[in-house]
Amino acid sequence: MNMPATKMDIETAKPAGAAAPVVAMTPKRPPRTETYARMGRETAVRVIPPLVVIALLMLVWELVCRRAGSALPPPSKVFKDTKELILDPFFDHGGIDKGLFWHLSASLQRVALGYSLSAIAGIALGVLVGQSVWAMRGLDPLFQVLRTIPPLAWLPLSLAAFRDGQPSAIFVIFITSIWPIIINTAVGIRNIPQDYRNVAAVVQLNPLEFFAKIMIPAAAPYIFTGLRIGIGLSWLAIVAAEMLIGGVGIGFFIWDAWNSSHISEIILALFYVGIIGFVLDRLIAGLGKIVTRGTAQG
Amino acid sequence: MTAYLKLDHIDKIFTRGAAATEVLKDINLTIEKGEYVSIIGHSGCGKSTLLNIIAGLTTATIGGVLLENREVNSPGPDRAVVFQNHSLLPWLTVYENVKLGVDKVFARTKTRAERDAWVMHNLNLVQMAHARDKRPSEISGGMKQRVGIARALAMEPKVLLLDEPFGALDALTRAHLQDSVMALHQKLGNTILMITHDVDEAVLLSDRIVMMTNGPSARIGEVLEVPLARPRKRLELATNTTYLKCRQRVLEFLYERHRFVEAA
Repeated sequence: MNMPATKMDIETAKPAGAAAPVVAMTPKRPPRTETYARMGRETAVRVIPPLVVIALLMLVWELVCRRAGSALPPPSKVFKDTKELILDPFFDHGGIDKGLFWHLSASLQRVALGYSLSAIAGIALGVLVGQSVWAMRGLDPLFQVLRTIPPLAWLPLSLAAFRDGQPSAIFVIFITSIWPIIINTAVGIRNIPQDYRNVAAVVQLNPLEFFAKIMIPAAAPYIFTGLRIGIGLSWLAIVAAEMLIGGVGIGFFIWDAWNSSHISEIILALFYVGIIGFVLDRLIAGLGKIVTRGTAQG
Repeated sequence: MTAYLKLDHIDKIFTRGAAATEVLKDINLTIEKGEYVSIIGHSGCGKSTLLNIIAGLTTATIGGVLLENREVNSPGPDRAVVFQNHSLLPWLTVYENVKLGVDKVFARTKTRAERDAWVMHNLNLVQMAHARDKRPSEISGGMKQRVGIARALAMEPKVLLLDEPFGALDALTRAHLQDSVMALHQKLGNTILMITHDVDEAVLLSDRIVMMTNGPSARIGEVLEVPLARPRKRLELATNTTYLKCRQRVLEFLYERHRFVEAA
């Protein structure tokens, strides 16, 4: 009986005394510092482990390749050899003697063109195959065979057809990235719930309205899966294709560096290719996230 | 008296390869304008198939549906459906879901501003105007079904088809929505055809209850008039002898004469 009473006395005594101003300050401050601390911690949790792994790998690489007569340069030498290329990516001495920016941008332009074409054609064909049973029966076996052909196997044929490197490279991008777009779009269209089709039927949407208002939004998550696989494949294909067609482009830059025994430049180029491939993938994934925001089943 | 909606000798046979299953056999039914008719039966008896035939989503093998003496065999907004699982398009807001139908039905007869006002009017009827900018995933099951009803009402259908509209809801929400639908029927005088498997719901809401025998080859077993005055009050009816008698009749039909064998 006695204990609670004393406890209450103590609690009421405190705010009345010197603690009052502190009480007024504390409710605002700790949450904010806490959020910053939490954000900092979350970032650290994501950033520190890969940094540690990278540092360790660099260390191993440095140790392995450091001794004389090693076939590959250690990271310190790579950096020393390619310092100019890293610091000035924009120089242009004519011909193919250009900064890395120009090589990468030439490759990206080819990918942009080839990939845009394959996105348009892929979604259109995917809709056709997903919507029509006869189109599926007719085209699906063809797609299943064609999609297994490696990208570079198309190159000689396209060179023969176009008689020029540029359109051939774009065609290789196109033919490489179109299959996952077609197949995923078709699956998305086939999986549109019957309920949505019923709604469209009752409302009497015409085929064009059905396409724009029901089909594309309903299949959007699938379409973006296809688009994302497609962008990855087209970036894989462009480097290989450019090695063979020559001219300005990151693929030929790598081949040229190999022919001149500039191993450090190859390593730098690989680094850029990886980063850009990653960014392209994130870009399409981010776009998909924005576009398909509302399509999750409610 | 001329029938407003007439189901004329409807047979439905599903064929899969060589096997043919007769689902519905010789369904005849006439419904008057402004009438509220329920179709009740055990699951699998073909109630939903019948509703789909009326909606035009499937076609009858034999026989047909006449609406105001004209045959209807394709879907259209004059027979708007409230689907069991609401079927709202998840990428559209509540407002846009209702507007989808309104824009099509009143494309020529109403101006843009009038269509907007009409959408809001119908959302107000089901008390969902406050959620106009929400997406279906952000509102409760009962609210979704309200929006589904608003979408159907907004098309000004000649017949409103309800396909087990309250089946997926909890008991309290269901009762609340039943009251709403009753109030709407009272206010707007729609002709309503409802599929249900809930005896109380059928008796409470309907002017007539159509009881179906078990499939295959389901027929209309019996049609029961519910001579209860409107507006009906759920609580008062609980002790009303007419209500109890009607309820008893439906229960006897479903559980004695046409017991669902597979469920045993």
